[in-house]
Amino acid sequence: MNNLLFLLQKEFKQIFRDPAILRLIFLMPIIQLILIPLAADYEIKQIDISVVDHDHSSYSRRLTNKLVASGYFQLAEYNNSYQKSMETVGEGDTDIILTIPQNFEKDLIKESAAKVHIAADAVNGVRAGLGTAYAGQIIAEFNREVREEWVQFPRMNPLPLIEITSANWYNPHFSYYLFMVPGILAILVTMVGAFLTALNIVAEKEVGTIEQLNVTPIKKYQFILGKLIPFWVLGLVSITLGMLVAWVIFGIIPVGSYFTVYVFSAVYLLGVLGIGLLVSTFAETQQQATLFAFFFMMVFILLGGLYTPVESMPEWAQWLTKVNPPTYFIKVIRAVYIKGSNFSDLLPEFYAMIAFAFGFNFLAVRNYRKRSA
Amino acid sequence: MLETVIHTENLTKQFGDFTAVDAITFDVYKGEIFGFLGANGAGKTTAMRILCGLLSPTSGEAKVAGFDVYKESEDIKKHIGYMSQKFSLYNNLTVKENIQFFGGIYGIERKRLKEKTNELIERLGLVHEADKLVGSLPLGWKQKISFSTAILHEPRIVFLDEPTGGVDPITRRQFWDMIYEASNRGITVFVTTHYMDEAEYCDRVSIMVDGAIAALNNPSDMKKDFGVKDMNDVFLELARGAKRGE
Repeated sequence: MNNLLFLLQKEFKQIFRDPAILRLIFLMPIIQLILIPLAADYEIKQIDISVVDHDHSSYSRRLTNKLVASGYFQLAEYNNSYQKSMETVGEGDTDIILTIPQNFEKDLIKESAAKVHIAADAVNGVRAGLGTAYAGQIIAEFNREVREEWVQFPRMNPLPLIEITSANWYNPHFSYYLFMVPGILAILVTMVGAFLTALNIVAEKEVGTIEQLNVTPIKKYQFILGKLIPFWVLGLVSITLGMLVAWVIFGIIPVGSYFTVYVFSAVYLLGVLGIGLLVSTFAETQQQATLFAFFFMMVFILLGGLYTPVESMPEWAQWLTKVNPPTYFIKVIRAVYIKGSNFSDLLPEFYAMIAFAFGFNFLAVRNYRKRSA
Repeated sequence: MLETVIHTENLTKQFGDFTAVDAITFDVYKGEIFGFLGANGAGKTTAMRILCGLLSPTSGEAKVAGFDVYKESEDIKKHIGYMSQKFSLYNNLTVKENIQFFGGIYGIERKRLKEKTNELIERLGLVHEADKLVGSLPLGWKQKISFSTAILHEPRIVFLDEPTGGVDPITRRQFWDMIYEASNRGITVFVTTHYMDEAEYCDRVSIMVDGAIAALNNPSDMKKDFGVKDMNDVFLELARGAKRGE
């Protein structure tokens, strides 16, 4: 027990003397939380639209105005040549071309039907998809307005109207910050927990001090606890800072309780610390550890559902997400922050995290040797 | 009868089909300064790492401080001190913190540790440097602190792997004074070195060639046996026969 205290004392002293680690712990949460949500905003605005108007009627102009007035579109071009608009697509100035055919107004009035054509630049699939969808909605609304004007006697309306209204539960304003910020908190904890631990142990290997420790009667579990406890504390410090930033800068506070966040963070950290320890038993140099870390981080983030929902991944990938610890933590943090889930709602995730904690630490402890073969 | 503190018999270490240590047999007695010489790659460090419980042997027998290297390596560790080739104090801890950390790890009781630390710092003449980071000190000082730390817990044997590499002659001389002092207190010193003048300071010397022990005796008898006037010539005589390159 005494040995452990000596180890902890030493570790904390070293951490507080290392400006790089301190910077990482204090600045990383702040910078990541500010930058990533701003960059990873999926709400598509300012879609550049070219309107090819072959009709030049009041209706065609009204439709154009309606599109621009929606706020989603920006009129890049207004002409009567599809060819010319295509060129602007090639130059990247136009995302969507709306073609209004000749006799649009006439057909609309006389035959109660008219056609328009939408073409989208699908290099950026999300932009194209959303742009087309927005345009479709606006045209449908335009359609309804026109009908209402013509139907003099609403009770005789021959076409029943189905209006779809929607409500966004839990995130009524559909804020991307509310979606991204908790997810980034989860990634932060993962980084601090797994990678600082791995780098720290491998650094001792490189300098040779680990050999000096291995030749002392220090017990394996003491060494491991001496390494894990400080980074467990740092992980909790880092999520606390992260939550503070989320509140101060984005005004985001959990709907659920902070207590739930901490309980899950504490257990989840044990698992990621195990990953860090495991990496350190394989890596001989800090370069190797960094490359391992980089690889794992990519997989963690991509499979973790930070950017893309797990449900829309192919089935095999969904299976992989089940063995990806951050998937659970991202889900938990989002649930507590956005839905206000409590501990009992998240029991399956809790068990999964316990399993990860045991699994990774078991492997790491088995792999860590005071004596080489 | 001399008390044996290290005993090996046909101790062998193989890495794949390379035999780093080839069936070495020797005894080291209590309180002596045992010089463990050999060219680079002769297998000195490997043998020493086995004796310290850092590496498992492939075959043969070895007992250190009465404990078996196969089964009781953790017991061995309680009774030895070790100073590796690589400098192994923490550069970002102060002199005092390093001494207290390693002393603490060896289970020296806190109050006693404090006394011993202050005593040591005074003896080393580092009173003004006690609260400086070790990383900021010159190499010679670091080596002295490193050695003192390795014997702070009064081990039965201290293993020194090229302790004076890269150190100036005056500091080297002082370092050897410290070694004698430890030996006088009954601590057995097991030391590897490339300096042949240092070999002369040892009570007994073994010279390893290609993983095996080629000669083992006290320096004066060894010189007589080879009919040469200093250890340097003994070494050259033996090392010339080595098959492993530098």
